[in-house]
Amino acid sequence: MFAYIIRRIFAAVILLLVVSAVTFAIFFLLPRFAGETADQLAAQYIGKNPSPEAIAAVKQNLGLDQPLYAQYWNFLKGLVSGAEYKFGPEPATCHVPCFGYSFKNHLEVWPELSKRIPITVSLAAGAAVLWLVSGVATGVVSALKPRSIFDRISMGVALAGVSLPVFFTGALLLTLFSYEWPILDNLQYVDFTDNPLMWARNLILPWISLAFLYSALYARLTRAGMLETMSEDYIRTARAKGLVERKVVTRHGLRAALTPIVTIFGMDLGLLLGGALITEQVFSLQGVGQFAVQAISDNDLPKILGVTLLAAFFIVACNLVVDLLYALVDPRVRLS
Amino acid sequence: MTASVTTAGNEPEAAAPDGPAKKIEGRSLGQIAWTRFKRDKAAVAGGVVVILLILLAVLAKPIESLFGLDPDALHQDLLDANLGGLPLGDWGGMSLDHPLGVDPLQGRDLLTRVIEGSWVSLLVAFGATLLSNTIGTVLGIMAGYYGGWVDTLISRVMDVFLAFPLLLFAIAISTSLQGGAFGLHGLPLHMMVLIFVIGFFNWPYMGRIVRGQTLSLREREFVHAARSLGARGPFILFKELLPNLVGPILVYSTLLIPTNILFEAGLSFLGVGIQPPQASWGGMLQDAIRYYQVDPQYMVVPGLAIFITVLAFNLLGDGLRDALDPKSN
Repeated sequence: MFAYIIRRIFAAVILLLVVSAVTFAIFFLLPRFAGETADQLAAQYIGKNPSPEAIAAVKQNLGLDQPLYAQYWNFLKGLVSGAEYKFGPEPATCHVPCFGYSFKNHLEVWPELSKRIPITVSLAAGAAVLWLVSGVATGVVSALKPRSIFDRISMGVALAGVSLPVFFTGALLLTLFSYEWPILDNLQYVDFTDNPLMWARNLILPWISLAFLYSALYARLTRAGMLETMSEDYIRTARAKGLVERKVVTRHGLRAALTPIVTIFGMDLGLLLGGALITEQVFSLQGVGQFAVQAISDNDLPKILGVTLLAAFFIVACNLVVDLLYALVDPRVRLS
Repeated sequence: MTASVTTAGNEPEAAAPDGPAKKIEGRSLGQIAWTRFKRDKAAVAGGVVVILLILLAVLAKPIESLFGLDPDALHQDLLDANLGGLPLGDWGGMSLDHPLGVDPLQGRDLLTRVIEGSWVSLLVAFGATLLSNTIGTVLGIMAGYYGGWVDTLISRVMDVFLAFPLLLFAIAISTSLQGGAFGLHGLPLHMMVLIFVIGFFNWPYMGRIVRGQTLSLREREFVHAARSLGARGPFILFKELLPNLVGPILVYSTLLIPTNILFEAGLSFLGVGIQPPQASWGGMLQDAIRYYQVDPQYMVVPGLAIFITVLAFNLLGDGLRDALDPKSN
């Protein structure tokens, strides 16, 4: 078990390194695809009519003239030991973990970025609880009585749910509950530690619009999985030996049917934690996703790189947790 | 896997004794699937809508020129200057001339813009699906059949791709190529970038499915037979294995298209997909959200267009899956 955990963590770290290297390479190469030279990249930090000497100085200080691998190595070094940039009259220090330094507004990326994390975590976690409970419950009840009225209606709603874009449901909810009937007007993020009630009140609409999409997806998946496991031989055996139906469903059926759901849940949650871009945009939540959108529209490369890496970290971390949970409950996993 | 066991469900079990004897015939797997598909009313309805939508998308340009419709024509006379350019009349300016109303501020006909948006959305979605499924199928089939280090390498590459924050990448890439790249500009460039971004990062899903199916197929007798007759890798991959994978590939393509339509709409909604003034469903929604308080009808038009399209593809995909995979029912 211990060896398995070490192996998985090691693999996850390697994966993160590869992802960060590829991300770095893509953002290194993209401006060049679009026809920008290192000179032009440096010039955007200086202002109007830059002199060639100023450009050369910026290029050297920021390392823009170095080859790709050297720039990547400096970036990795910055993550663990911080970095200093000779830029302007005062040298800029970038503290550990140095996710980069935005020269556009002279700020370190990490403090700016980490401020946004609680908002996105609140959004993703609340929605996740909602959709797991409602989605899995609907799927199980549907699968136990296939072709019943409940099954037909809930699967119809679920099909509609996966077919609606989240920005449409979000905007519709806003129109209805925040404007037409202003039950939930004046929505803005309140920190959980400040006022848990306001925190929940102001996040309920984003939660619902995200959860509607995902619970539809999970209901369909759970139903399909349950239908398959409930026709397995071991379920018949469990019934034959006289087990109560409730235990057959929960201990034998649901437990097996949940395995693929948990995998997908890890991926979905990881993706959302890296920024629920569209939902944050619709509800003007200043989370990681809005940070990314802002950074991209400002063409602020260090910020884009930082937020991409954070998002990749969440995805890899969530998958790792799911893998380790599997190993805990299912002995076959850690033996293979 | 022979067809002998199947009789179509609705037919009587046996012909009346004095009636003409029912002819016994063998049916191919495709025929069985078709019979099963025809019985699924929702799937057939989805299929019909999909065909109509494809026709609409293909004929969008001819329809526009035939009826003299211009998606970018401005109708300032239909707007209320006192209300800051909102459409005159109820329901977002609906009238016989403009059955779905006009948009605020510019007064462009919404029906024409929905028609114009259809070919953009469908072309991007189909292109991206084709790209990711081609990559996914080729790499998946190779990983599944060859196994060993080929499998390890391809599977690890898939892991790396799945660890990328796809939406973020899509936005970053389309933004930085917005100005022009690869000698392309404007709409063709935006569509190419969308197809590439959506297609290139989505292939591991298809790759995993094909790999899994190939793993179980390669141990089957017909593959052993082909190999013992001297068939080599590429022949087995594409002549023996691929035809048996058509079912799952078709099903997941049909289910990937709606996902890609939503993805394209999402990118255009965030302002990094198709750029205005070109009409696209996501772009219309992005525009409409700004007026959600004063002209909520505007938002409903592109929203419903996306919803109906995605729903139809999902119904068709579900139906195809049930028809091609007897186990699922």
